[in-house]
Amino acid sequence: MSTKLYQALNICEEEYKLIKDSIGREPNELETYLFSAMWSEHCGYKHSRKYLSRLPKSGSVLSEENAGGVQVGNHVIFFKAESHNHPSAVEPFQGAATGIGGIIRDVLALGARPIALLDSLKFGPMTDTYSKHIFDGVVHGISAYGNSIGVPTVAGEVNFDPSYTSSPLVNVMAVGIVHKDKIKTSIAKEGNLVVMVGSHTGRDGIHGASFASKELSENSKEDRPSVQVGDPFMKKILIEATLEILALDEVIACQDCGAAGLLSSTSEMAYKGNCGLDLQLDTVHLREQGMQPWEIMLSESQERMIFMVSPNGLDKVIAIARKYDIPASVIGRTTNTGLYDLYWQDNLVASVSPEILNEGPRYTLTEIEPDYIKELRENTVDKTTPINKAVEKLVGDPNFASKKWVYRQYDHTVGNRTSLRPGQSGAAGIWIQEEGGVVGLTIDSNGRQVFLDPYEGSKNTIWESYRNLVSSGFHPLGITDCLNFGNPEKDEVAYQFVKSIDGISDGCREAGIPVVSGNVSFYNESPDGRVFPTPAIGMVGYIDSPDKLIKASLAENETVFLIGKEINDNSNIGGSLYYRTQYNFLGGLVDKVDPILEKHLSDTIFILRDTGLLTGSIDISEGGIFGALFEGIKGGNTGFKGNLIFSNDPEKALFGEITGRYLFSTQKPQEVKKFLEENNIPFKELGICTGNKLEFDGYSFELDKLFSLYENAVESEIVK
Amino acid sequence: MKAGVIVFPGTNCDRDTKGACEFFGWDAEYVWHDETSLDKYDVVFLPGGFSYGDYIRAGRLARFSPVMQAVNDYVEKQRGFVVGICNGFQILCESKLLPGILSVNWNTKFICDITPLEMKINGNTKKINLPIAHGEGRFVASEETIKEIEEKDMIFLKYSDNPNGSMDDIAGLYDKQKRVIGMMPHPERAVFKETTGTDGLQFFNMLELNLKQGMN
Repeated sequence: MSTKLYQALNICEEEYKLIKDSIGREPNELETYLFSAMWSEHCGYKHSRKYLSRLPKSGSVLSEENAGGVQVGNHVIFFKAESHNHPSAVEPFQGAATGIGGIIRDVLALGARPIALLDSLKFGPMTDTYSKHIFDGVVHGISAYGNSIGVPTVAGEVNFDPSYTSSPLVNVMAVGIVHKDKIKTSIAKEGNLVVMVGSHTGRDGIHGASFASKELSENSKEDRPSVQVGDPFMKKILIEATLEILALDEVIACQDCGAAGLLSSTSEMAYKGNCGLDLQLDTVHLREQGMQPWEIMLSESQERMIFMVSPNGLDKVIAIARKYDIPASVIGRTTNTGLYDLYWQDNLVASVSPEILNEGPRYTLTEIEPDYIKELRENTVDKTTPINKAVEKLVGDPNFASKKWVYRQYDHTVGNRTSLRPGQSGAAGIWIQEEGGVVGLTIDSNGRQVFLDPYEGSKNTIWESYRNLVSSGFHPLGITDCLNFGNPEKDEVAYQFVKSIDGISDGCREAGIPVVSGNVSFYNESPDGRVFPTPAIGMVGYIDSPDKLIKASLAENETVFLIGKEINDNSNIGGSLYYRTQYNFLGGLVDKVDPILEKHLSDTIFILRDTGLLTGSIDISEGGIFGALFEGIKGGNTGFKGNLIFSNDPEKALFGEITGRYLFSTQKPQEVKKFLEENNIPFKELGICTGNKLEFDGYSFELDKLFSLYENAVESEIVK
Repeated sequence: MKAGVIVFPGTNCDRDTKGACEFFGWDAEYVWHDETSLDKYDVVFLPGGFSYGDYIRAGRLARFSPVMQAVNDYVEKQRGFVVGICNGFQILCESKLLPGILSVNWNTKFICDITPLEMKINGNTKKINLPIAHGEGRFVASEETIKEIEEKDMIFLKYSDNPNGSMDDIAGLYDKQKRVIGMMPHPERAVFKETTGTDGLQFFNMLELNLKQGMN
């Protein structure tokens, strides 16, 4: 029996039956293509939607749109993170570049000017040549594309772990700003014209959505034609043109062409607006001749936007497109038929309800706690390392070491809004001149902890972002989540995913902040392995004045305090970076967050700052208390003398990772002590920043050596 | 004082440059790349970015645009000052309004940093720090040209810690008539205390002084 088209397009028998039942007949060839894209995991979120509804949304602005936002005075800060993992795995430069292009359009479609980019990148170890090639290509792609469009890349994270060797993760977050009265949505209205503005539609990226909805394999490189090619120049002028077009009252709605291109953008707009929509496929401006209707509909050619325009505003839209020399075509209109009708050479070639296209199946996952979780939790390390060797190992580990080699390639000052640059603090600061304050941005993930304990690990990731913002002086306002997992049809992954969603939900509820937007990336696995379940959390905060920002540097003659939890012999430090790096060990229990303590600590940081008692502050995460102190004295270029070890196991005390801790420095230790005692805040006075050595508990290190190891570790691995 | 800020498709520092001029107290407006006269401006900025995508070589295509005819005309008339920053510097070199060219950084990577510089103002040398952000910022010229640049005292800005391999540490220079200025660092990104410091204001001060002297 020959393979049927739907089978070739990876539509399973049950789903094909569902399609037939929904539309009351056999879909024709074109319609089958439409369903294959719209009901793919990438567009249809069929394995995740049921669970994503658990995430708290209250307090966000337009969380059902392309990107969601938080309000700051009269403006809304829209943001969203998105993955471009699969394309980056086979074509790192274009994969990463078009990842930026895609997420920028999501923010832009709301009428918001993009003002910042962040990225969370995960690769195999730098000792692996292929991983190094991917890493270099991705960074170059972000640099080439992000710099050209004039949006600063201000923060991010880069990690290396064997779990990401065959499936690297490339998550990009875009942030935009718009006055609250100028927001545009993607909700279509009957009786308007559908105008496509931007690049010509070509055959690139066809089936990108389906490509992203399966596991990577030996044959994945053959899917390279599914990777789109970016044109940052077109993007830059498209940004300017789009913002001008969206300022017109006659423009009703906007949507970008992302996954499943023209198809998903227009059908989604019709569905949201509860109206019909006719498209004349002959009028779409094409890059090549002989393109078939299904190719036009599924093309993922970059740099295209769809506008719904009232007929009397058409001339204005065309004039703006012409000013920028950007092609524009009227390709259809919204109707009252309730149907999504496609015309080609005067024939009606497809006719389906936008609702059926957009409401694909929703699956319930089979969650079964995998055996590895129990096993790993009971594992312990039985080796020790002399502290001088341990310190050098951590400081020179590319996971911990300075990422200057990376962020020096990103333009992080264009736009003249950057108040906190990469390397200055736990979060980036973007000045909101319009309101007088500064927006704080961070993106964080911790695959090791989430692998060990999907629920607590995910929750801890939320609080890690939270502390990054607080330690930089910001009040957290909301998050976007980019959820990177393996194949959800496998019970183990289903368990990781659902528990992770619950952890994020509870973490956000406890922190009092909404999930404003997000993205799910499944199938991050290959026969060689599966990624750690890795939810990347992008968090946005705000502080009303640039004077209240806090840098992660400890200065000469200042006294250093620890507030919050202490590591003792009973502390759970599962998932700590040091043990993975030093012993290739992953095990034990993950520390549980205490939300009440966290709130006390953040209040303490803010009060000390506002009363002039705090000068620098660092949250304690990867590398433990040693890691935080090291970053602080590196930032302030000073030595340190004091004590860091308060338990019997010095490695655990120095490098163990638990929640609920900050380091900060002060010039007024007596007043600080008095305040902390009066308010029952757990603390330890650790020592003083002084001299040109790092000295603690009888150990002594030359600063020059450690600083240079820290600064050069990534670059020296690259050139190896 | 009235400044014109030229916007090519692909320019991305136009808003920053206009904002800096206005913060400094000048009137400033955008000039689209199809403009044919610049006579109403006392100073014309060619801001940073990637004009026309810079796909061939930085600044290579922009020199063919209508507004560059106007810039040539403006320089010929000695109407006012022309300042090219980053991509603007690259365009001025490609258009032969300034000597030399800007080639790929010696580490072949894009470099974004805050870099220490020495700026000459009225015969004095001042140490300042300005943001840089470029992939093609290595100033290169023939030996004779470098000699001429030095003899005619055309260099006004030098790197203290040469990040990109520029010959003679050149970060910014004048043309022979001292009416055209090109520089790789971004003074317009260093005017607000809220962002990357205020050292850029010293450049605007110098420019204003030049302009006032030029008008007499």
